[in-house]
Amino acid sequence: MTADVTLKKPNWFSRIANPGQFLAWSKGFVAPLAILTATLFAVGLYLAFFASPPDYQMGETVRIMYIHVPNAWLSQFVYGVMAVASIGTLVWRHPLADVAAKSAAPLGAVFTGLALFSGSLWGRPTWGTFWEWDGRMTSTLILFLIYLGIIALWRAFEDQGRAGRVIAVFTLVGALDIPVVKFSVDWWNTLHQPASVLSMSGEHVAPAILIPLLVMTLAFTLLFITLHIVRMRTEIFRRRAESLERQAAANLMA
Amino acid sequence: MTAFLAVIGRDLRLATRVGGDALTLVLFFVMVGVIVPFAIGPDSATLSRLAPGIVWIAAFLSMLLGLDRLFRADDEDGSLTLFRHAALPLEAIVAAKVIAHWLLTALPLIVASPILAVLLAMDFAAWEKTVLSLLLGTPGLVALGTIGAAVTVSLRRGGLIAPVLILPLSIPILIFGTGAIAAGNPDGISNAALLFLSAISLVTLVLAPFAAALALRLSED
Repeated sequence: MTADVTLKKPNWFSRIANPGQFLAWSKGFVAPLAILTATLFAVGLYLAFFASPPDYQMGETVRIMYIHVPNAWLSQFVYGVMAVASIGTLVWRHPLADVAAKSAAPLGAVFTGLALFSGSLWGRPTWGTFWEWDGRMTSTLILFLIYLGIIALWRAFEDQGRAGRVIAVFTLVGALDIPVVKFSVDWWNTLHQPASVLSMSGEHVAPAILIPLLVMTLAFTLLFITLHIVRMRTEIFRRRAESLERQAAANLMA
Repeated sequence: MTAFLAVIGRDLRLATRVGGDALTLVLFFVMVGVIVPFAIGPDSATLSRLAPGIVWIAAFLSMLLGLDRLFRADDEDGSLTLFRHAALPLEAIVAAKVIAHWLLTALPLIVASPILAVLLAMDFAAWEKTVLSLLLGTPGLVALGTIGAAVTVSLRRGGLIAPVLILPLSIPILIFGTGAIAAGNPDGISNAALLFLSAISLVTLVLAPFAAALALRLSED
Protein backbone atom coordinates (compact mmCIF):
# COMPACT_ATOMS: atom_id res chain seq x y z
CA MET A 1 0.00 0.00 0.00
CA THR A 2 1.41 3.36 -0.88
CA ALA A 3 0.50 6.36 1.09
CA ASP A 4 -0.70 9.36 -0.80
CA VAL A 5 2.29 11.63 -0.40
CA THR A 6 1.71 15.25 -1.18
CA LEU A 7 4.66 17.53 -0.66
CA LYS A 8 3.40 20.18 1.68
CA LYS A 9 5.04 23.55 1.72
CA PRO A 10 7.04 23.48 4.98
CA ASN A 11 5.64 25.70 7.73
CA TRP A 12 7.51 28.75 8.96
CA PHE A 13 9.09 26.79 11.79
CA SER A 14 10.74 24.30 9.44
CA ARG A 15 11.68 27.05 7.05
CA ILE A 16 13.65 29.05 9.62
CA ALA A 17 15.18 25.74 10.73
CA ASN A 18 17.19 25.62 7.54
CA PRO A 19 20.59 27.25 8.12
CA GLY A 20 20.71 28.42 4.50
CA GLN A 21 17.31 30.12 4.85
CA PHE A 22 18.45 31.67 8.10
CA LEU A 23 21.54 33.10 6.42
CA ALA A 24 19.32 34.57 3.71
CA TRP A 25 16.72 36.29 5.86
CA SER A 26 19.02 37.36 8.69
CA LYS A 27 21.38 39.11 6.30
CA GLY A 28 18.95 41.99 5.85
CA PHE A 29 18.35 42.30 9.60
CA VAL A 30 21.90 42.95 10.75
CA ALA A 31 22.42 46.51 9.49
CA PRO A 32 19.01 47.94 10.58
CA LEU A 33 19.37 46.26 13.99
CA ALA A 34 22.85 47.71 14.39
CA ILE A 35 21.62 51.21 13.47
CA LEU A 36 18.63 50.92 15.84
CA THR A 37 20.92 49.74 18.64
CA ALA A 38 23.36 52.60 18.07
CA THR A 39 20.51 55.16 18.06
CA LEU A 40 19.04 53.77 21.27
CA PHE A 41 22.46 53.82 22.89
CA ALA A 42 22.94 57.46 21.85
CA VAL A 43 19.54 58.43 23.28
CA GLY A 44 19.97 56.27 26.38
CA LEU A 45 23.46 57.53 27.18
CA TYR A 46 22.33 61.15 26.73
CA LEU A 47 19.38 60.58 29.05
CA ALA A 48 21.50 58.69 31.54
CA PHE A 49 24.41 61.10 31.72
CA PHE A 50 22.87 64.53 31.06
CA ALA A 51 19.09 64.49 31.33
CA SER A 52 18.63 62.51 34.54
CA PRO A 53 19.13 63.95 38.02
CA PRO A 54 21.87 62.73 40.38
CA ASP A 55 20.64 60.70 43.33
CA TYR A 56 20.17 62.62 46.57
CA GLN A 57 22.20 60.03 48.48
CA MET A 58 24.60 58.52 45.97
CA GLY A 59 25.20 61.64 43.87
CA GLU A 60 26.66 61.13 40.40
CA THR A 61 27.67 57.52 41.05
CA VAL A 62 24.04 56.53 40.56
CA ARG A 63 24.71 56.77 36.81
CA ILE A 64 26.63 53.48 36.99
CA MET A 65 23.21 51.93 37.45
CA TYR A 66 22.30 52.65 33.80
CA ILE A 67 25.10 50.27 32.77
CA HIS A 68 24.86 47.87 35.68
CA VAL A 69 21.15 47.01 35.67
CA PRO A 70 20.88 46.23 31.89
CA ASN A 71 23.91 43.94 32.13
CA ALA A 72 22.50 42.19 35.18
CA TRP A 73 19.19 41.72 33.35
CA LEU A 74 20.98 40.31 30.29
CA SER A 75 23.05 37.93 32.41
CA GLN A 76 19.80 36.12 33.23
CA PHE A 77 18.03 36.74 29.92
CA VAL A 78 20.86 35.16 27.92
CA TYR A 79 20.75 32.04 30.09
CA GLY A 80 17.03 31.89 29.35
CA VAL A 81 17.79 32.09 25.62
CA MET A 82 20.30 29.25 26.01
CA ALA A 83 17.77 27.16 27.93
CA VAL A 84 15.09 27.66 25.27
CA ALA A 85 17.63 26.83 22.54
CA SER A 86 18.55 23.68 24.48
CA ILE A 87 14.92 22.58 24.54
CA GLY A 88 14.90 23.22 20.77
CA THR A 89 17.96 20.98 20.38
CA LEU A 90 16.59 18.13 22.51
CA VAL A 91 12.94 18.17 21.49
CA TRP A 92 12.94 19.20 17.83
CA ARG A 93 16.59 18.55 16.90
CA HIS A 94 16.39 22.06 15.46
CA PRO A 95 19.62 22.52 13.48
CA LEU A 96 19.84 26.19 14.41
CA ALA A 97 19.17 25.66 18.13
CA ASP A 98 22.63 24.43 19.03
CA VAL A 99 24.16 27.20 16.91
CA ALA A 100 22.05 29.68 18.92
CA ALA A 101 23.04 28.10 22.25
CA LYS A 102 26.72 28.05 21.34
CA SER A 103 26.80 31.67 20.16
CA ALA A 104 24.89 32.90 23.22
CA ALA A 105 27.26 31.45 25.82
CA PRO A 106 30.23 33.85 25.40
CA LEU A 107 27.86 36.82 25.10
CA GLY A 108 26.17 35.82 28.36
CA ALA A 109 29.54 35.44 30.04
CA VAL A 110 30.59 38.94 28.93
CA PHE A 111 27.33 40.57 30.08
CA THR A 112 27.56 38.77 33.43
CA GLY A 113 31.20 39.80 33.77
CA LEU A 114 30.25 43.43 33.01
CA ALA A 115 27.43 43.29 35.57
CA LEU A 116 29.92 42.08 38.19
CA PHE A 117 32.54 44.65 37.16
CA SER A 118 30.19 47.64 37.07
CA GLY A 119 28.58 46.48 40.30
CA SER A 120 31.93 46.32 42.01
CA LEU A 121 32.83 49.84 40.75
CA TRP A 122 29.48 51.06 42.09
CA GLY A 123 29.89 49.23 45.38
CA ARG A 124 33.17 50.95 46.21
CA PRO A 125 31.77 54.51 46.66
CA THR A 126 28.34 53.48 48.00
CA TRP A 127 29.06 50.48 50.24
CA GLY A 128 32.77 51.20 50.71
CA THR A 129 33.90 47.89 49.28
CA PHE A 130 34.59 46.38 45.86
CA TRP A 131 33.32 42.99 46.85
CA GLU A 132 31.02 41.74 49.53
CA TRP A 133 29.75 38.17 49.84
CA ASP A 134 26.18 39.35 49.49
CA GLY A 135 23.41 37.16 48.12
CA ARG A 136 22.84 38.70 44.71
CA MET A 137 26.50 39.35 43.97
CA THR A 138 27.41 35.81 44.93
CA SER A 139 24.69 34.23 42.80
CA THR A 140 25.74 36.40 39.83
CA LEU A 141 29.32 35.26 40.36
CA ILE A 142 28.17 31.63 40.37
CA LEU A 143 26.16 32.25 37.19
CA PHE A 144 29.36 33.66 35.65
CA LEU A 145 31.23 30.47 36.62
CA ILE A 146 28.47 28.34 35.08
CA TYR A 147 28.79 30.30 31.81
CA LEU A 148 32.56 29.75 31.84
CA GLY A 149 32.04 26.03 32.47
CA ILE A 150 29.66 25.80 29.50
CA ILE A 151 32.12 27.65 27.25
CA ALA A 152 34.90 25.30 28.38
CA LEU A 153 32.63 22.36 27.56
CA TRP A 154 31.91 23.70 24.04
CA ARG A 155 35.63 24.05 23.44
CA ALA A 156 36.38 20.53 24.71
CA PHE A 157 34.16 18.78 22.16
CA GLU A 158 35.39 18.17 18.64
CA ASP A 159 32.11 16.93 17.14
CA GLN A 160 29.86 20.00 17.37
CA GLY A 161 26.65 18.06 16.72
CA ARG A 162 27.18 15.78 19.68
CA ALA A 163 28.41 18.73 21.75
CA GLY A 164 25.14 20.56 21.07
CA ARG A 165 22.97 17.69 22.34
CA VAL A 166 25.05 16.89 25.42
CA ILE A 167 25.54 20.52 26.42
CA ALA A 168 21.79 21.09 26.01
CA VAL A 169 21.24 18.53 28.80
CA PHE A 170 23.74 20.29 31.01
CA THR A 171 22.29 23.76 30.24
CA LEU A 172 18.84 22.57 31.32
CA VAL A 173 20.25 21.01 34.51
CA GLY A 174 21.86 24.39 35.16
CA ALA A 175 18.56 26.17 34.48
CA LEU A 176 16.90 24.02 37.15
CA ASP A 177 19.77 24.52 39.56
CA ILE A 178 20.22 28.30 39.22
CA PRO A 179 17.04 29.18 41.19
CA VAL A 180 18.19 26.81 43.95
CA VAL A 181 21.61 28.49 43.98
CA LYS A 182 19.94 31.90 44.11
CA PHE A 183 17.67 30.91 46.96
CA SER A 184 20.40 29.23 48.98
CA VAL A 185 22.80 32.12 48.57
CA ASP A 186 20.10 34.62 49.61
CA TRP A 187 19.41 32.50 52.64
CA TRP A 188 23.13 32.45 53.36
CA ASN A 189 23.80 36.20 53.34
CA THR A 190 22.02 39.34 52.16
CA LEU A 191 23.00 42.99 51.77
CA HIS A 192 21.97 44.00 48.25
CA GLN A 193 18.74 45.92 47.86
CA PRO A 194 15.79 43.84 46.64
CA ALA A 195 14.52 44.16 43.07
CA SER A 196 12.82 47.51 42.67
CA VAL A 197 12.07 48.07 38.96
CA LEU A 198 9.57 45.26 38.68
CA SER A 199 7.92 44.34 41.93
CA MET A 200 4.44 43.28 42.89
CA SER A 201 3.59 46.45 44.79
CA GLY A 202 4.24 48.77 41.84
CA GLU A 203 7.27 50.82 40.88
CA HIS A 204 9.59 52.33 43.44
CA VAL A 205 11.72 54.29 40.97
CA ALA A 206 11.04 57.88 39.93
CA PRO A 207 10.20 58.27 36.20
CA ALA A 208 13.21 60.60 35.69
CA ILE A 209 15.45 57.63 36.48
CA LEU A 210 13.20 54.85 35.23
CA ILE A 211 12.90 56.10 31.63
CA PRO A 212 16.67 56.32 30.92
CA LEU A 213 17.04 52.94 32.61
CA LEU A 214 14.42 51.33 30.39
CA VAL A 215 15.95 52.91 27.26
CA MET A 216 19.39 51.61 28.21
CA THR A 217 17.98 48.16 28.97
CA LEU A 218 16.30 48.06 25.58
CA ALA A 219 19.54 49.23 23.93
CA PHE A 220 21.59 46.52 25.63
CA THR A 221 19.00 43.86 24.78
CA LEU A 222 19.04 44.92 21.13
CA LEU A 223 22.84 44.87 21.26
CA PHE A 224 22.63 41.26 22.43
CA ILE A 225 20.17 40.34 19.67
CA THR A 226 22.34 41.98 17.00
CA LEU A 227 25.55 40.36 18.24
CA HIS A 228 23.77 37.02 18.64
CA ILE A 229 22.56 37.03 15.01
CA VAL A 230 26.04 38.01 13.79
CA ARG A 231 27.65 35.28 15.88
CA MET A 232 25.14 32.68 14.66
CA ARG A 233 25.88 33.62 11.05
CA THR A 234 29.61 33.36 11.75
CA GLU A 235 29.17 29.96 13.38
CA ILE A 236 27.19 28.64 10.37
CA PHE A 237 29.86 29.94 8.00
CA ARG A 238 32.57 28.39 10.18
CA ARG A 239 30.86 24.99 10.10
CA ARG A 240 30.49 25.20 6.34
CA ALA A 241 34.14 26.16 5.94
CA GLU A 242 35.13 23.21 8.12
CA SER A 243 33.10 20.73 6.11
CA LEU A 244 34.51 22.19 2.88
CA GLU A 245 38.02 21.75 4.28
CA ARG A 246 37.21 18.16 5.15
CA GLN A 247 35.88 17.55 1.66
CA ALA A 248 38.99 19.10 0.14
CA ALA A 249 41.20 16.93 2.35
CA ALA A 250 39.20 13.84 1.32
CA ASN A 251 39.54 14.71 -2.37
CA LEU A 252 43.25 15.19 -1.89
CA MET A 253 43.54 11.72 -0.38
CA ALA A 254 41.55 10.13 -3.21
CA MET B 1 15.86 -5.83 40.66
CA THR B 2 18.42 -8.63 40.34
CA ALA B 3 20.06 -6.81 37.47
CA PHE B 4 20.00 -3.57 39.46
CA LEU B 5 21.78 -5.25 42.39
CA ALA B 6 24.16 -6.98 39.99
CA VAL B 7 25.31 -3.61 38.60
CA ILE B 8 25.94 -2.35 42.14
CA GLY B 9 27.81 -5.55 43.02
CA ARG B 10 29.87 -5.38 39.85
CA ASP B 11 30.98 -1.81 40.54
CA LEU B 12 31.85 -2.62 44.14
CA ARG B 13 33.87 -5.69 43.12
CA LEU B 14 35.67 -3.81 40.36
CA ALA B 15 36.68 -1.02 42.70
CA THR B 16 37.72 -3.18 45.66
CA ARG B 17 39.61 -5.90 43.81
CA VAL B 18 41.68 -3.82 41.44
CA GLY B 19 43.56 -0.63 42.18
CA GLY B 20 42.22 0.27 45.60
CA ASP B 21 40.88 3.65 44.50
CA ALA B 22 38.57 3.93 47.49
CA LEU B 23 41.48 3.80 49.93
CA THR B 24 43.46 6.36 47.94
CA LEU B 25 40.49 8.69 48.08
CA VAL B 26 40.29 8.35 51.88
CA LEU B 27 44.01 9.04 52.03
CA PHE B 28 43.52 12.21 49.99
CA PHE B 29 40.61 13.26 52.20
CA VAL B 30 42.70 12.89 55.36
CA MET B 31 45.69 14.59 53.74
CA VAL B 32 43.68 17.72 52.91
CA GLY B 33 42.78 17.87 56.59
CA VAL B 34 46.43 17.38 57.58
CA ILE B 35 47.62 20.16 55.28
CA VAL B 36 45.23 22.81 56.61
CA PRO B 37 46.91 23.32 60.02
CA PHE B 38 50.20 23.98 58.21
CA ALA B 39 48.50 26.68 56.17
CA ILE B 40 46.54 28.44 58.91
CA GLY B 41 48.55 27.59 62.03
CA PRO B 42 48.07 24.96 64.74
CA ASP B 43 45.98 27.10 67.12
CA SER B 44 43.28 24.66 68.24
CA ALA B 45 40.60 27.33 68.86
CA THR B 46 40.84 28.56 65.25
CA LEU B 47 41.02 25.00 63.94
CA SER B 48 37.94 23.81 65.77
CA ARG B 49 36.00 26.84 64.56
CA LEU B 50 37.00 26.13 60.94
CA ALA B 51 36.86 22.33 61.21
CA PRO B 52 33.34 21.66 59.80
CA GLY B 53 34.08 23.81 56.74
CA ILE B 54 37.44 22.11 56.24
CA VAL B 55 35.88 18.66 56.46
CA TRP B 56 33.26 19.66 53.88
CA ILE B 57 35.88 21.11 51.51
CA ALA B 58 38.01 17.97 51.88
CA ALA B 59 34.95 15.81 51.12
CA PHE B 60 34.04 18.02 48.14
CA LEU B 61 37.52 17.80 46.62
CA SER B 62 37.94 14.07 47.10
CA MET B 63 34.52 13.32 45.65
CA LEU B 64 35.22 15.48 42.59
CA LEU B 65 38.52 13.65 42.12
CA GLY B 66 36.65 10.34 41.98
CA LEU B 67 34.11 11.49 39.38
CA ASP B 68 36.19 10.60 36.37
CA ARG B 69 36.09 6.86 36.94
CA LEU B 70 32.29 6.74 37.17
CA PHE B 71 31.76 6.09 33.45
CA ARG B 72 35.25 6.38 31.95
CA ALA B 73 36.32 2.74 32.37
CA ASP B 74 32.90 1.51 31.21
CA ASP B 75 33.20 3.68 28.12
CA GLU B 76 36.67 2.39 27.35
CA ASP B 77 35.98 -1.34 27.72
CA GLY B 78 32.61 -1.17 25.96
CA SER B 79 30.37 -1.97 28.93
CA LEU B 80 28.64 1.37 28.43
CA THR B 81 27.51 0.31 24.95
CA LEU B 82 26.06 -2.86 26.49
CA PHE B 83 24.35 -0.81 29.20
CA ARG B 84 22.77 1.43 26.56
CA HIS B 85 21.13 -1.58 24.93
CA ALA B 86 20.44 -3.64 28.05
CA ALA B 87 16.98 -4.83 29.10
CA LEU B 88 17.33 -2.79 32.26
CA PRO B 89 16.69 0.87 31.38
CA LEU B 90 19.80 3.04 31.29
CA GLU B 91 18.22 5.26 33.95
CA ALA B 92 18.11 2.33 36.39
CA ILE B 93 21.70 1.40 35.60
CA VAL B 94 22.79 4.98 36.27
CA ALA B 95 20.85 4.93 39.56
CA ALA B 96 22.66 1.71 40.52
CA LYS B 97 25.99 3.32 39.66
CA VAL B 98 25.10 6.36 41.78
CA ILE B 99 24.48 4.07 44.76
CA ALA B 100 27.68 2.12 44.14
CA HIS B 101 29.67 5.32 43.73
CA TRP B 102 28.28 6.72 46.97
CA LEU B 103 29.22 3.49 48.81
CA LEU B 104 32.72 3.68 47.33
CA THR B 105 33.54 7.36 47.66
CA ALA B 106 31.29 8.98 50.27
CA LEU B 107 30.86 6.26 52.87
CA PRO B 108 34.63 5.72 53.39
CA LEU B 109 35.06 9.47 53.92
CA ILE B 110 32.34 9.50 56.57
CA VAL B 111 33.94 6.50 58.25
CA ALA B 112 37.30 8.29 58.19
CA SER B 113 35.90 11.57 59.51
CA PRO B 114 36.76 10.84 63.19
CA ILE B 115 40.44 11.06 62.19
CA LEU B 116 39.90 14.58 60.86
CA ALA B 117 37.80 15.43 63.90
CA VAL B 118 40.72 14.58 66.19
CA LEU B 119 43.30 16.33 64.00
CA LEU B 120 41.21 19.51 63.75
CA ALA B 121 40.24 19.65 67.43
CA MET B 122 36.50 19.16 66.86
CA ASP B 123 34.37 18.33 69.87
CA PHE B 124 32.04 15.34 69.85
CA ALA B 125 28.83 17.33 69.24
CA ALA B 126 30.31 19.12 66.23
CA TRP B 127 31.57 15.83 64.81
CA GLU B 128 28.12 14.28 65.20
CA LYS B 129 26.53 17.15 63.30
CA THR B 130 29.20 16.97 60.60
CA VAL B 131 28.60 13.27 60.07
CA LEU B 132 24.86 13.84 59.88
CA SER B 133 25.22 16.64 57.32
CA LEU B 134 27.71 14.58 55.28
CA LEU B 135 25.33 11.61 55.31
CA LEU B 136 22.50 13.79 54.03
CA GLY B 137 24.53 15.95 51.61
CA THR B 138 26.90 13.55 49.88
CA PRO B 139 24.15 11.61 48.02
CA GLY B 140 23.12 14.86 46.31
CA LEU B 141 26.75 15.63 45.55
CA VAL B 142 27.26 12.19 43.99
CA ALA B 143 24.06 12.61 41.97
CA LEU B 144 25.16 15.99 40.58
CA GLY B 145 28.61 14.56 39.91
CA THR B 146 27.03 11.74 37.92
CA ILE B 147 25.51 14.31 35.56
CA GLY B 148 28.92 15.95 35.15
CA ALA B 149 30.59 12.60 34.48
CA ALA B 150 27.88 11.62 31.98
CA VAL B 151 28.16 14.91 30.08
CA THR B 152 31.92 14.60 29.74
CA VAL B 153 32.13 10.85 29.07
CA SER B 154 32.90 11.18 25.37
CA LEU B 155 35.72 13.66 25.96
CA ARG B 156 39.24 12.31 25.92
CA ARG B 157 40.35 14.99 28.38
CA GLY B 158 37.20 15.04 30.50
CA GLY B 159 38.99 14.60 33.83
CA LEU B 160 39.23 18.28 34.74
CA ILE B 161 36.15 19.64 33.08
CA ALA B 162 33.54 17.64 35.03
CA PRO B 163 34.56 19.17 38.41
CA VAL B 164 34.62 22.66 36.84
CA LEU B 165 31.06 22.13 35.60
CA ILE B 166 29.72 20.63 38.80
CA LEU B 167 31.32 22.88 41.42
CA PRO B 168 29.12 25.96 40.83
CA LEU B 169 25.98 23.82 40.72
CA SER B 170 26.78 22.09 43.99
CA ILE B 171 27.25 25.28 46.02
CA PRO B 172 23.76 24.95 47.62
CA ILE B 173 24.82 21.58 49.07
CA LEU B 174 27.91 23.19 50.56
CA ILE B 175 25.91 26.14 51.95
CA PHE B 176 23.28 23.99 53.63
CA GLY B 177 25.80 21.30 54.56
CA THR B 178 27.94 23.68 56.56
CA GLY B 179 24.88 25.70 57.61
CA ALA B 180 23.55 22.58 59.30
CA ILE B 181 26.68 22.35 61.42
CA ALA B 182 26.96 26.06 62.24
CA ALA B 183 27.55 26.38 65.94
CA GLY B 184 25.85 29.13 67.93
CA ASN B 185 22.42 28.54 66.43
CA PRO B 186 21.53 25.36 68.25
CA ASP B 187 17.98 24.84 67.04
CA GLY B 188 16.18 27.01 64.47
CA ILE B 189 18.56 27.76 61.64
CA SER B 190 20.58 24.56 61.62
CA ASN B 191 17.41 22.49 61.59
CA ALA B 192 16.11 24.40 58.58
CA ALA B 193 19.46 23.88 56.85
CA LEU B 194 19.31 20.13 57.49
CA LEU B 195 15.82 19.97 56.00
CA PHE B 196 16.84 21.97 52.92
CA LEU B 197 19.94 19.80 52.54
CA SER B 198 17.82 16.65 52.60
CA ALA B 199 15.35 18.17 50.14
CA ILE B 200 18.10 19.12 47.68
CA SER B 201 19.69 15.68 47.99
CA LEU B 202 16.40 13.87 47.41
CA VAL B 203 15.40 15.97 44.39
CA THR B 204 18.85 15.64 42.78
CA LEU B 205 18.87 11.90 43.45
CA VAL B 206 15.54 11.52 41.67
CA LEU B 207 16.39 13.73 38.67
CA ALA B 208 20.07 12.90 38.15
CA PRO B 209 19.66 9.36 36.73
CA PHE B 210 17.32 10.70 34.03
CA ALA B 211 19.55 13.64 33.08
CA ALA B 212 22.70 11.50 33.17
CA ALA B 213 21.12 8.68 31.14
CA LEU B 214 19.91 11.22 28.56
CA ALA B 215 23.42 12.68 28.29
CA LEU B 216 24.90 9.17 27.96
CA ARG B 217 22.48 8.27 25.15
CA LEU B 218 23.12 11.52 23.31
CA SER B 219 26.88 11.24 23.54
CA GLU B 220 26.84 7.92 21.71
CA ASP B 221 28.65 8.03 18.36
